Amino acid sequence: MSVPAKLSDVEPRFFTRAQWASFLLPTLLLALVLPLLNALLPSEHLLRPSDFTLNLYGKYATYAVLALGVDLLWGFLGILSLGQALFFALGGYAFGMHLLLMIGKDGQYKSKLPDYMVFLGYKALPVHWQPFYSFSFATCAVLVIPALIAFVFGWLAFRSRIKGVYLSILTQALTYAAALLFFRNDFGFGGNNGFTDFKRVLGADLNSPTTRRVLYVSSVLLLAGVFLLYRWLTRAKFGHLLQAIRDGENRVLFSGYATASYKLFVFVLVAAITGIAGALYVPQVGIINPSEMTPEKSLEAVVWVAVGGRGTLLGPVLGAFFVNALKSWATRSVPELWLYIIGGLFIVVVLFLPGGLISLPARFRLLWARYRSRASRPDSSTFFQQP
Amino acid sequence: MSHPIIQAEDVTKTFDGFRAINALNFYLFPGELRTVIGPNGAGKSTFFDLLTGRAKPDTGGIEYTPIQNTPSTDLAKLNEYEIQRLGIGRKFQTPSVFAEQTVFTNLVLSLNGPRGVFASLFHRLDSADRDRLDDLLKLVRLGDKRHWKAGLLSHGEKQWLEIGMLLASEPRVLLVDEPAAGMTDEETHRTGELLLSLAGKHSIVVVEHDMTFVKQISINGQVTVLHQGSVLCEGKFDDVQSNDKVREVYLGRGKN
Repeated sequence: MSVPAKLSDVEPRFFTRAQWASFLLPTLLLALVLPLLNALLPSEHLLRPSDFTLNLYGKYATYAVLALGVDLLWGFLGILSLGQALFFALGGYAFGMHLLLMIGKDGQYKSKLPDYMVFLGYKALPVHWQPFYSFSFATCAVLVIPALIAFVFGWLAFRSRIKGVYLSILTQALTYAAALLFFRNDFGFGGNNGFTDFKRVLGADLNSPTTRRVLYVSSVLLLAGVFLLYRWLTRAKFGHLLQAIRDGENRVLFSGYATASYKLFVFVLVAAITGIAGALYVPQVGIINPSEMTPEKSLEAVVWVAVGGRGTLLGPVLGAFFVNALKSWATRSVPELWLYIIGGLFIVVVLFLPGGLISLPARFRLLWARYRSRASRPDSSTFFQQP
Repeated sequence: MSHPIIQAEDVTKTFDGFRAINALNFYLFPGELRTVIGPNGAGKSTFFDLLTGRAKPDTGGIEYTPIQNTPSTDLAKLNEYEIQRLGIGRKFQTPSVFAEQTVFTNLVLSLNGPRGVFASLFHRLDSADRDRLDDLLKLVRLGDKRHWKAGLLSHGEKQWLEIGMLLASEPRVLLVDEPAAGMTDEETHRTGELLLSLAGKHSIVVVEHDMTFVKQISINGQVTVLHQGSVLCEGKFDDVQSNDKVREVYLGRGKN
């Protein structure tokens, strides 16, 4: 008689009870408790998170979505993309175009045209800008433009079976080329100044505390939603296949799977989702410019993932919040040391903590168990002293 | 006589001027268990590469006729996963299993079924799948290690797991590259018995170096000797063993 196969063999539960707790508690805290405290408590109250803090956390949440995408590609599928910030910035630009048009005649030049266009001598709004007056069109563009770029790039790269370091270099070249293009004034997207000075979104004042709270909560909810989506993707057969492609693509190919399609699917999906994160990032920081798509930005996201814990879903989120909190502190207190700090952090993690921050509890448990077993064993020194 | 399931005629493959396969003719008949031997560099692995789409022949054609009296397919026009989907499965020389996945998951990923992205996203095992997986685990004797990570298995066990993965995809043709490498004598013998029991239902090509093993599995079948990319001779094990030319390429002889 054969042992009946358990459901857990290949289809693990979506979350265990402990995992639900560790997902729901921070989500409730960030998405409900903090904004309520911010809205209801008097401004000098000790427990009230400041508008600045909320804004900062909102920014971190969009970064965490970017990090989750890097990790899905790198940690699960084995594709180290060094160009993910491009998709973040493209989403940001697409939404920034809408925000820029919503300024209306409240810009410096009191013209219907965005300020930089007046400055550059545009007579009329370019045709491809017209549809961005529509919020829904801009929202679609936020998804579609990064996805389209990812599709064209991925289709060419994965079909030609480019992998490993070559693919990494190509992704970096892609984002670098895009940055150079956006830096040019005649490309038509504001050159190195990008878009800024946004006034309103959907008729709401971007500087009002309520709007900022809504943006913050949206970012946290996006992060929670993306986390659940990626959790769903990485379990069961699809997730196992991603890891199988990472560990032995040949065997997957010779098992009848078109591995290029799997890579393309994940690459395009992640690009679209990263675009949404970029779109939420822009109104919160109030600016989008080409420095967001320089290779350094993508490399930073890789560091967040490595520091947090690659190949897990909680790790990148932790890493994004931790490293960026550290950055916010360091760039204010010791700005000249920041690059050394992040470089050092990366080296320390790679050398001594390959599992990232997320592996620390297990490490401590192991040390503790070793310590306990040593303590309970008879002391060897007294053994030899016996007469 | 039936039509060959695989018919390779006048196949040549050159790598940088080196003729790995040279005007090779090879016919595999349905249900046959064929053993291919040959010294290092005889072109055995390249031949498998050509059959499975990893390499394309420079000249010649490889026809695949899975069902008698139906039109055949030219394998040279297809890639790895298309050929696998037509029912040609391959086991590699070095066992290639998914080290980070459990034994069970390795088999699940290999089960015959739709291979598309969306099929994998919404994939559920039904009870027939589970029965099949249990049978396979029993067949490759890994039932008690189903939850082990495949990377933790011994070399021989990995070989068996890969054979199990191959069978999970229910191929018509099995291409098996050195299945006995790294196995104990007993494991080797059991592998031979397994292959013999699969012949008939499947058509099998085994590449092997271990002559005891070759003798065991070629008891009813033919042995093909490859040398410098072409067939040197073909026949029963004893005939091949006593063939002068075969002795010459294996043992070498003085120049004169």
